[in-house]
Amino acid sequence: MTFATLALADGTVLTGQAFGAETDSVFELVFNTSMTGYQEIITDPSYRGQGVLFTASHIGNVGINLEDDESAAPQVSAVVMRALSPVVSNWRASASLTDWLGQRGIPGISGVDTRFLTHKLRDGGTQKAALSTCGTPPEKLLQLVRDWPGLDGRDMVKEVTCAEPYRWNGDEGNRWVENVKRLPGSSVDQFKPDNRKTGKLLNVIAYDFGIKENILRHLASYGADVTVVPADTSAAEALALHPDGVFLSNGPGDPAGLPYAVAAVRELIASGVPLFGICLGHQLIGRALGAATYRLKFGHHGGNHPVQHLPSGNVLITAQNHNYCVSPADLNPDEVEITYKSLNDDSLEGLRLKNKPVFSVQFHPEAAPGPHDAQRLFGEFFQMMKANPA
Amino acid sequence: MSHVHPDTRIKTILVPGSGAIVIGQAAEFDYSGTQAVKALRKAGYRIVLVNSNPATIMTDPEIADATYIEPLTPEALEAIIAQEKPDALLPTVGGQTALNLALALSENGVLEKYGVQLIGANLAAIRAAEDRLLFRETMKKAGIPVPRGGAAHNLAEAEKIIAETGYPALVRASFAMGGSGASWVYEPAQLPEAVRQAIAESPIRQAWLEESVLGWKEYELEVMRDRADNFVVICSIENLDAMGVHTGDSLTVAPAQTLTDREYQVLRDLAKRVLTAVGVETGGSNVQFGVNPKTGRVVVIEMNPRVSRSSALASKATGFPIAKIAALLAVGHTLDEIANDITGQTQAAFEPSLDYVVVKIPRWAFEKFPGVDATLGPQMKSVGEVMALGRTFPEALNKAIQSLEIGVDALDGSGPSLQPLSAPETLAALKVPTADRLFRIYRAVRQGLPLEEISAACGYDLWFLAQMKEMQNVERRMQNVTNDEGGMQNREFKNLLRVAKQMGFADSQIARLLNSSFHIHHSALEVRALRRSLGILPTFQRVDTCAAEFEAQTPYLYSAYEQADEARPTDRQKILILGGGPNRIGQGIEFDYCCCQAAFALSKMGYETIMYNCNPETVSTDYDTADRLYFEPLTLEHVLNVIETEKPIGVIVQFGGQTPLNLAEKLQAAGVPILGTSPSAIALAEDREQFSALLSQLEIPQPENGIARSLEEARAAAVRIGYPVLIRPSFVLGGRAMALVQSESQLAGFIQQAMEAAPGQPILIDRFMEDAFEIDVDALCDSQRVVIGAIMQHIEEAGVHSGDAACVLPPYKVSAYHQMIVREYTERLGLALGVRGLMNVQFALQGEAVVVLEVNPRASRTVPFASKATGLNLAYLAAQIMAGKTLAELGVTEEPRVDGFFVKEAVLPFKKLAGSSTVLGPEMRSTGEVMGHASNFGHAFAKSQIAAGWGLPESGAALISVNDYDKSGGLRFARELQRMGFKLFATRGTTEFLSKVGIPAEAVNKFVEGSPHTVDLIRNGTVQLVLNTPFGPNAQADGAEIRAAAIAMDIPLLTTLSAAEAAIAAIRALRQKELKYRSLQSLFRNAE
Repeated sequence: MTFATLALADGTVLTGQAFGAETDSVFELVFNTSMTGYQEIITDPSYRGQGVLFTASHIGNVGINLEDDESAAPQVSAVVMRALSPVVSNWRASASLTDWLGQRGIPGISGVDTRFLTHKLRDGGTQKAALSTCGTPPEKLLQLVRDWPGLDGRDMVKEVTCAEPYRWNGDEGNRWVENVKRLPGSSVDQFKPDNRKTGKLLNVIAYDFGIKENILRHLASYGADVTVVPADTSAAEALALHPDGVFLSNGPGDPAGLPYAVAAVRELIASGVPLFGICLGHQLIGRALGAATYRLKFGHHGGNHPVQHLPSGNVLITAQNHNYCVSPADLNPDEVEITYKSLNDDSLEGLRLKNKPVFSVQFHPEAAPGPHDAQRLFGEFFQMMKANPA
Repeated sequence: MSHVHPDTRIKTILVPGSGAIVIGQAAEFDYSGTQAVKALRKAGYRIVLVNSNPATIMTDPEIADATYIEPLTPEALEAIIAQEKPDALLPTVGGQTALNLALALSENGVLEKYGVQLIGANLAAIRAAEDRLLFRETMKKAGIPVPRGGAAHNLAEAEKIIAETGYPALVRASFAMGGSGASWVYEPAQLPEAVRQAIAESPIRQAWLEESVLGWKEYELEVMRDRADNFVVICSIENLDAMGVHTGDSLTVAPAQTLTDREYQVLRDLAKRVLTAVGVETGGSNVQFGVNPKTGRVVVIEMNPRVSRSSALASKATGFPIAKIAALLAVGHTLDEIANDITGQTQAAFEPSLDYVVVKIPRWAFEKFPGVDATLGPQMKSVGEVMALGRTFPEALNKAIQSLEIGVDALDGSGPSLQPLSAPETLAALKVPTADRLFRIYRAVRQGLPLEEISAACGYDLWFLAQMKEMQNVERRMQNVTNDEGGMQNREFKNLLRVAKQMGFADSQIARLLNSSFHIHHSALEVRALRRSLGILPTFQRVDTCAAEFEAQTPYLYSAYEQADEARPTDRQKILILGGGPNRIGQGIEFDYCCCQAAFALSKMGYETIMYNCNPETVSTDYDTADRLYFEPLTLEHVLNVIETEKPIGVIVQFGGQTPLNLAEKLQAAGVPILGTSPSAIALAEDREQFSALLSQLEIPQPENGIARSLEEARAAAVRIGYPVLIRPSFVLGGRAMALVQSESQLAGFIQQAMEAAPGQPILIDRFMEDAFEIDVDALCDSQRVVIGAIMQHIEEAGVHSGDAACVLPPYKVSAYHQMIVREYTERLGLALGVRGLMNVQFALQGEAVVVLEVNPRASRTVPFASKATGLNLAYLAAQIMAGKTLAELGVTEEPRVDGFFVKEAVLPFKKLAGSSTVLGPEMRSTGEVMGHASNFGHAFAKSQIAAGWGLPESGAALISVNDYDKSGGLRFARELQRMGFKLFATRGTTEFLSKVGIPAEAVNKFVEGSPHTVDLIRNGTVQLVLNTPFGPNAQADGAEIRAAAIAMDIPLLTTLSAAEAAIAAIRALRQKELKYRSLQSLFRNAE
């Protein structure tokens, strides 16, 4: 077992055991409090540019399987944990976490006091950091950290978006979405069966700012023919595809670094096409509506975030992963209704337009990983498209 | 906002507790109930509490507005409802007992009659969850997967079902009692006979076939739901023992470790649907799942629509107070309206995230029940449990093992004085779940058996075995440390030592491992010193519900070996209270009660109180009982760690029973200030030679006695003293291995047992006082003055362990003169020993002689009972004395007057532990107690029997079977019953004896004489009362069957003449006058 060194911008240096790839990596360090779903988190493109610290004690227990990827490859820059599992134990597993990361060039460190690091990030805010699993001395790592520009104002999306538009027809992991969707009480049962049988699928254009597969699985399984388009697709190009609705995906980094996307979203809103945004997509809608976005101290990253649906008072436990947030002060209350707020810090978690078929949420209704409480939002999107035919 | 607001019509809420501690329903309900009541009172409700168990904190008169220590029966509850006029009944915090009561009170119309609303659970939900078939139907209707199966009326139907379930399958007789007609079918050839047998045994001629889920992984989710349909999972729990072992007997870990998110969310979604399907509108529930490890298929096994043992564990594991929140949800609050106390800035509407691992290990007491099948299965057999927290699974596991207090400090089952077994483990043996299987599994890992094969044999997930393998690697490296290149000072060794500590290895185990490599002796304290010199020091982490995402306000701490310490001790004057550890027979909730009282009293005095315990079932480990809570093993190593961090001005070791007392001298040797009575005085009282000398010096009589360290010495002493003799090992609890020896032929066997129970300790031999009564005294002493708290008289004769004997306060058969002597001796002893705090003295009264049997200068099992009966809070006062107050300053200078009679009755676990001998003896075997009180003895005794579950009949028939020695006593009993119109049955010998004095009785065969016999009479319900005296020199062979049948049928069984006499008084009282129910508050008001 070789050793690994983790250096934080504030000068903190920790040594632990290396796993995954032998390399150096520099990133923004965030912590995630989910107790399950490391595979989904590691493959979530929204983590581009970030190293993820898992607060859960043991990571790697269930290995890596073929169904739970959120994108084609690991997206994080590094993985930090307290204890790496010495073994893989799950009926679906096909690889161990360390082998899988190693083959894909991602370094990891295990055996460090993650709680101590979490305290640091919580109290001092998110930090830049660097990890070496190939013996780079701490001073050099700190230098790497100092030289790294960070994520603020940067366009991270261009690193993860698709190069060309494509029709989505993936299937891995879909059965899990199907299982959830068939639950009684899921508000959207009516959409898919008919549509699939009759072939009358709704045409959804999904902007890929770093889209999670489980969003695509949901859109398809609710009865959409999904075309994924690159982040820099203009509104005119998107509308030329005659969509029944446009979806704005999650993605990495600072929404302020994406003026082209904000411009496209502004036009899409004006066009009257049904529009649904998640996470970064939500932030882009916020900016398109004239609101500022700001950086949260240490972000929301986890699967236990309570949000309140303000019209009903109901609480949903949601998966969240964001460092930036829409500032509600700049939103025009005649135009915009705030629909969800965080019960942890009262930050804005969702909005809808009063006179346009547009809504968005900061949290992740597609979960993966996380609770399925908010899954019905996909149904709402489909209802909105039905009510506002192209 | 469309919040449902709290129901403003509700002002008074009736909360039933769970009654006596029994296997499967223990102290966790004192924890839950107390928490719920405190929360509701704080919210402004008036609380009427009913619980027959006086050892609970919840029955402290300060906790509720009206506290009824009364039987938990529909009759008593109806009377209390009529008196107190509650608006609502909360049945979800008192275990199965409270749910059953709620069902009964609603079925008999009482709730409707008095307009009492059921809150927290509705009737339909209780039924749907409790009735196995209805539950299954409810699940199937909602599309929720359950084990495959179905009903068959013939072989053809059975074959059709088995095509779905596959082999092996369980075949049961529908609606048959107690599992008769059930069998496992492994192959088609076995099916016809199994089905035939099941149909034959079934009253409705139906066989029930079900797929086997044995060996599947078992999970539990602790969940909450509010009236607005908000739903949260508080904790996921994974059982290490696969399906087939009761979850209460399983090792469990939280959070679940071997599920992907996809799979975990399936469980979460299902749990939510189960609650909806069952109809749980508000509160906490527990849903149990089986998961096929090969395919991931999930089935729902069962659910409990109430707080449970698991929810108590989940509360302690996460810091989320389920019972408190459940109570607030029951009165209409929603999760988003309730603050999370731990963070102070977030709401209860969230799901805790853990950055540590929690391990629970059950504690069994098979050594007290020879003859009981010690294989673990669907019937829970453990009597307590420990919980430990660590940053990783190995750390939590090792700490949990150290918490068990079974002399073991390591995963191989070894300990400072225990060698691991050397025989090689076989896979076949690992299939059998037993109390020590964990250790055997580890030894199999160490032996090098392939992990996959071990996993297949024992059902533990591979992941847990791989963790054990990692622990074994460290163990091996530690054993192979060599002394070259600086040896123990070198860097590699330091790293290894740190890794071992991070894995939770005890210093004592490390000492043993190093000894095997260096061949020089290291003690645990030397390892400690070495570790400290190398800078390997523990850190304390906070349980914060949120994996450090928010600042924790509540100092609920566990130790680890991490980088940053979060203890942040204050500079206040603080006192550390050491708790009692796992519940077991002889050391239970009574001691937890005392520890809590100490915390309350010392907080009130302005000290910062620090609670230290490892038992998740307790009130003491509720995060707001003391100012700070350390959830840690009660071992010298861990206690010293906390003391070094906190630097308390004193430590209380006298309230938590034997566990902390065993640490007292070592703590004192380490320079720790012990409050109250000095450890040397406590040790003096335990040391029979010194104690004998003290009694002689004080001119206090004692039974003839001797001490033996070998069988030879025992023989000589017994001959000198004269048989029968009582023998017992020293420094044990609950009369462990204590026995009444009638003759020399029995002596060797018992001496052997005693030597095994307490190796290296002397064995005490006392003359057995036949026909004597025992008297228990609890007293307070401030080293200047003794104040008697209570004088209690045992109802059973001497020879029955005081914990198993019924007792009455005030004594009803002890003269004022003898009571004066008892007081005087108590005072002499208290002053001589320099007691500061509590003391308990046991006396025997034989004829005119009062002798002292033993003195315990510490909290005793009877303290809560005595406090409830007298209104004098003994433990609360004692804690203040220990902190320096005098009795005069506390205004306590006189023995309290007792209004009426208070009877404490013991509750025994014979029904749960089939095969156990049911005869009471000097070894304590009861798990719990109840109290009955009334203005006269008869009614008080009657209530105690009702509360214990054996209500005495007012009429009917009785079976009398007494040995020759007891015939004249039996005669009195028979005559009294006959006068009251009872029909009498008796064995032939007894019948003849009775007929001689003109008492008619119908003769009945002994069991061995064939049907119809005594046991038939009991089984078919002909008799409602049984007197069977097995004691004395001529115990009957017939007795065991009679007693077993009576226990199985819940028919009151009297095994001593004095109990029979008390029963007569009770029956007479019941026939004369109805029972009355009074709250403690009204009682004490009257007394003032």
